[in-house]
Amino acid sequence: MRIYNRGEMNATEVGTKRAEITAQYKEFIGRKIIFILSCITAICIIAAISATLGSYPITVTEVYHIIVHSPFQNIDISHPITVTELYHTIVHNSFQDFINTNEEYVVWKLRLPRIVMGILAGIGLAVAGTAMQGILRNPLVSPTTIGIAAGAHLGAAIAFILGAGFTSGKLILMGNAFLFALIPAFVIFGLARFKRATPEMMILAGIAMTFIFSSVSSLLHYFSDPDMLKGLVVWKMGNLGNATWGDLFTVSLVLAVCIPLLIWKSWDLNTMGAGDEIAKSLGVNVKRTRIFVMMTASLLTAVVICFTGMITFVGLVAPHICRIIIGGDTRFLIPASGLFGAVFLLFSDTVARTIVAPVIIPVGIVTSCVGGPLFLYLIIRKRREYW
Amino acid sequence: MKLNVKGLEFGYTSMPVLADVCLELAPSEMLGIVGPNGAGKSTLIRCINRILNPQSGRILLDENDIKNMDGIELAKKMGYIPQTASQIFPTTVFDAILMGRRPHIGWRSGEEDHEKVLDVLELLDIEDLAMRDIKELSGGQQQRVFIARALAQEPDVLLLDEPTSNLDIRHQLEVMEIITDLVAKDGISAIMAIHDLNLASKYTDRVLIMKEGKIFDAGSPSGVLTPENIRSVYGVEAEVIHRVDSNGGRPYIVPIRPLTE
Ligand SMILES: Nc1ncnc2c1ncn2[C@@H]1O[C@H](COP(=O)(O)OP(=O)(O)OP(=O)(O)O)[C@@H](O)[C@H]1O
Ligand SMILES: [Mg+2]
Repeated sequence: MRIYNRGEMNATEVGTKRAEITAQYKEFIGRKIIFILSCITAICIIAAISATLGSYPITVTEVYHIIVHSPFQNIDISHPITVTELYHTIVHNSFQDFINTNEEYVVWKLRLPRIVMGILAGIGLAVAGTAMQGILRNPLVSPTTIGIAAGAHLGAAIAFILGAGFTSGKLILMGNAFLFALIPAFVIFGLARFKRATPEMMILAGIAMTFIFSSVSSLLHYFSDPDMLKGLVVWKMGNLGNATWGDLFTVSLVLAVCIPLLIWKSWDLNTMGAGDEIAKSLGVNVKRTRIFVMMTASLLTAVVICFTGMITFVGLVAPHICRIIIGGDTRFLIPASGLFGAVFLLFSDTVARTIVAPVIIPVGIVTSCVGGPLFLYLIIRKRREYW
Repeated sequence: MKLNVKGLEFGYTSMPVLADVCLELAPSEMLGIVGPNGAGKSTLIRCINRILNPQSGRILLDENDIKNMDGIELAKKMGYIPQTASQIFPTTVFDAILMGRRPHIGWRSGEEDHEKVLDVLELLDIEDLAMRDIKELSGGQQQRVFIARALAQEPDVLLLDEPTSNLDIRHQLEVMEIITDLVAKDGISAIMAIHDLNLASKYTDRVLIMKEGKIFDAGSPSGVLTPENIRSVYGVEAEVIHRVDSNGGRPYIVPIRPLTE
């Protein structure tokens, strides 16, 4: 490195300044890591409490014992195992001869899948929201607010009604949801690119598309037979209760592929936050990165929505709160916001299960009650003039 | 590193903005671009940095056409400081400058990169801002951060689009000295669009005057910054004073009044 000398400070003064800045920077990073660890702790605590809540009384220690005696112990890991084998073991074999008591049944079949789905869906939606905000340079963007969630939901509903079914045709369901999620994604893209859309314009377009998708799906409800109707309606409202271990397996797999890809792109997202010109001058292929990140985030959204229905606003709330706490560095923001999304959704679901117990209300209603007002607040008060 | 621009043509729409622009830049040379608003200075700089793709013409870095270069490879060789920047999300000054290291690093930034950030922070006199949010700084402070980012990038060619437009007179002079210093000592070359004719005269080796997308005149500051040129390019009556002083015989330009046709 070149040595510059400004001539005004003596060497020791310069040395202490550098040390000071370095220490501050390290502390700043430390704070981000502490936040991430706190989120993980919060997830564990809420999950443990949540597992004891419900009409069948089970204590925390009982839950603990039941979980420690996991049916996954039956999985033979002494030899390499393929993904499909693993899937079959989890879905078909391990539970059959394992569940003996009612407690075990309640924990393993009813409560845990719901809790784990809450964690996974929270992570997926929040990460998708963070990534979308980054590439569109717009803090109002999230899967809900630009119509991607509604698109995915409609896609899945169409596949479902055409007979793909919740159990058999999951792949078709997800594929169709992804396809429909891409429609709003590329409309918003086109607007940003060819019409130089303002942030507000993107959101208006998103809301318009949400209306369209949502009325088409209402039309589907209107014509579907009563048996299907209730399922469709509950699903539209966002609900974690239908999760099976097979679903959890699929969602984790998609998360495990998509999220590292997005974290890998976080430098590029950082530079794009400074403006396209800066990003290009730092060697980022802006156009390609945008498309890649948008597709990945849409896939995350589509897969989560397929299994949970319309859970709204997680992808808006999580990045916002995390950005206030740990700043905008995407390298930390993606994991932090994912984990915070999990905390948020898990907590909302716990509320949804207990607020009017024994009736369980759809979790999407709870997240909307929190996210809607925040969204309004963001529109009214442009915090720090983000845009 | 030698830069060579040949027959550059560019238009945002079908209207040409740059027409047949040619220029050469030797290592350790500082080239100033002056000209009225809308003359195409920023556009030229963006084309050279491949932010815009020219309709025709070639841009060669040491005989290699930049069209065929990989983005990262180009970013290691050329740094760019835009006229305006639009940071969206909050970022600390330290992280903003660390972005300049992106072409050199993988995912993790190392000790060495942090050292370089500290060096440029010190150089541009913004150490006290290191942990502040860049969006909460004054225009001039932000501008120094952008310059710091481009310096942290360690390019061979620096492209600066009005780097001093928001700076107070002391920082104008300081920034210009930092850049001329780099150019003189490290074999870096620089292209700088600049409105202040006196700064151009004082610090550049060569001046290029642009008018309506074409090169109107080019040469040494004293040869190009003449009352006649200033009149026909800007429509301004100006006095040009040559004085023998520490300025090395470079002219002082004193604008007098705008001319009415
Ligand atoms: N993004 C754009 N789209 C369309 N036209 C543009 C765009 N940017 C600039 N122009 C036009 O191109 C011409 C050259 O603009 P440019 O920004 O290069 O001028 P400049 O010399 O840098 O001016 P200034 O001194 O004001 O910075 C102008 O007529 C301008 O209106
Ligand atoms: Mg300009």
